[in-house]
Amino acid sequence: MSVSQNDLTLENREAITSLLFQLADDDFMYAYRGSEWLGLAPHIEADIASSSISQDSMGHAAMFYTLLEDLGAGNANDLAHSRKAIDRRNCILTERVNGEGYYMETPHYDWAYAVVRSYLYTQAKKVKIDSLCGSSYKPLAEAAVKVRIELYYHRLHWEIWFKQLMSSTDIAKNKMNAALKLVMNDFGDVFSYGNQKLAIEMTKLIGTEEEMKANWTASIEPVFTTLQLELPKIPDSPEKNGRMGEHTKDLDEALTTLSEVYLLDPVAIW
Amino acid sequence: MTTFGKVSTEQVYEVLIQVKDPEIDSVSIIDLGMVEKVTTEGNNVKVVLLPTFLGCPALEIIKKNTMNAVNELPGVGEVLVEFVFHPPWTSDRITEKGHVGLRAFGIAPPPRHFEEDGSWHVDCAYCGSTYVTMDNIFGPTACRSILYCKSCKNVFEAMKPVSTLM
Ligand SMILES: [Zn+2]
Repeated sequence: MSVSQNDLTLENREAITSLLFQLADDDFMYAYRGSEWLGLAPHIEADIASSSISQDSMGHAAMFYTLLEDLGAGNANDLAHSRKAIDRRNCILTERVNGEGYYMETPHYDWAYAVVRSYLYTQAKKVKIDSLCGSSYKPLAEAAVKVRIELYYHRLHWEIWFKQLMSSTDIAKNKMNAALKLVMNDFGDVFSYGNQKLAIEMTKLIGTEEEMKANWTASIEPVFTTLQLELPKIPDSPEKNGRMGEHTKDLDEALTTLSEVYLLDPVAIW
Repeated sequence: MTTFGKVSTEQVYEVLIQVKDPEIDSVSIIDLGMVEKVTTEGNNVKVVLLPTFLGCPALEIIKKNTMNAVNELPGVGEVLVEFVFHPPWTSDRITEKGHVGLRAFGIAPPPRHFEEDGSWHVDCAYCGSTYVTMDNIFGPTACRSILYCKSCKNVFEAMKPVSTLM
């Protein structure tokens, strides 16, 4: 059964809103962290690709915020830029800084971390988007079809980088494995639906947390097997759960920077 | 007093031919397959567009240019231009005329076919050689890739194929 926005019960609406905030905030922060790499990626091709992917991802976030606006949750621009950390529902992984330093000065960003985060995040996003294509909430299912097409190229790009660096020099491998550890430490809330879990799963807005985890593991298995790497394990319970509004100071700092820019010119198109 | 007849959808389509891709001025939004629907009610016009890529920064410009073009029609009333993402835009919506326009701009049109593994092939936009390599799947904009022709040694761009089968 599929529903449009007119025949929603109050309960349904709460579950949909909650899930949409998770999806929107994830892509918003992922795109923001990606955009900080502008001009800093190892070479020009990687730079173009990375900024193109960030731009796409910001477009996906904007679309999810628009779906929230359609549900009466507020103005899409304000939802993106003016909500406090405690109201954000992105997973911890997407808010983490790219490395030491501020991007306007002399940052020491870690490309290995960027590659691993992007690859595993994009795989997780793909698994969710695939499931959302059959969502019981029709506007979300339609949006997912559109995102799925664009995601194809993102996934391809990060997989190539992941494979190449993981089968490169010992230094590269060490950096990649260190990054993999950091990323997996933060993976505990990626597939969490927070306190609306039951309603989200019962109303078939998306597959269950367990299904998503299993699909994600299956989706990366061929690559990890080829690289003779041990399949990473998703932590059982996250230290902090971003879906519950628990966040790190990295998010506070990012939001301060973002709102400074937004408050300067709140009508600018983003 | 001057009276105007009703604005027809044909008239609207005619002016939309003048709305070009802001970055490729040889191709109109009609040739790109971005115009999903045009409806008129009396002299009010509604144009429904499909975004090529959701994060494409040219979308706002296209929307504005579409508004301006339709507003030029004599006697036109209210004009509404909106983007919807269903049905999703796919590269097979680009018309034959669009393919010609892209080539004229030095951009290889998107291939109509994919290999089974999702890879695709285009011929060189300059010399037509099939001896090309992919330099970067992400070109200067989300919708284009950068390729290199081993025959004429030119770097060229290609529109990415975009399909719901991917
Ligand atoms: Zn050539």
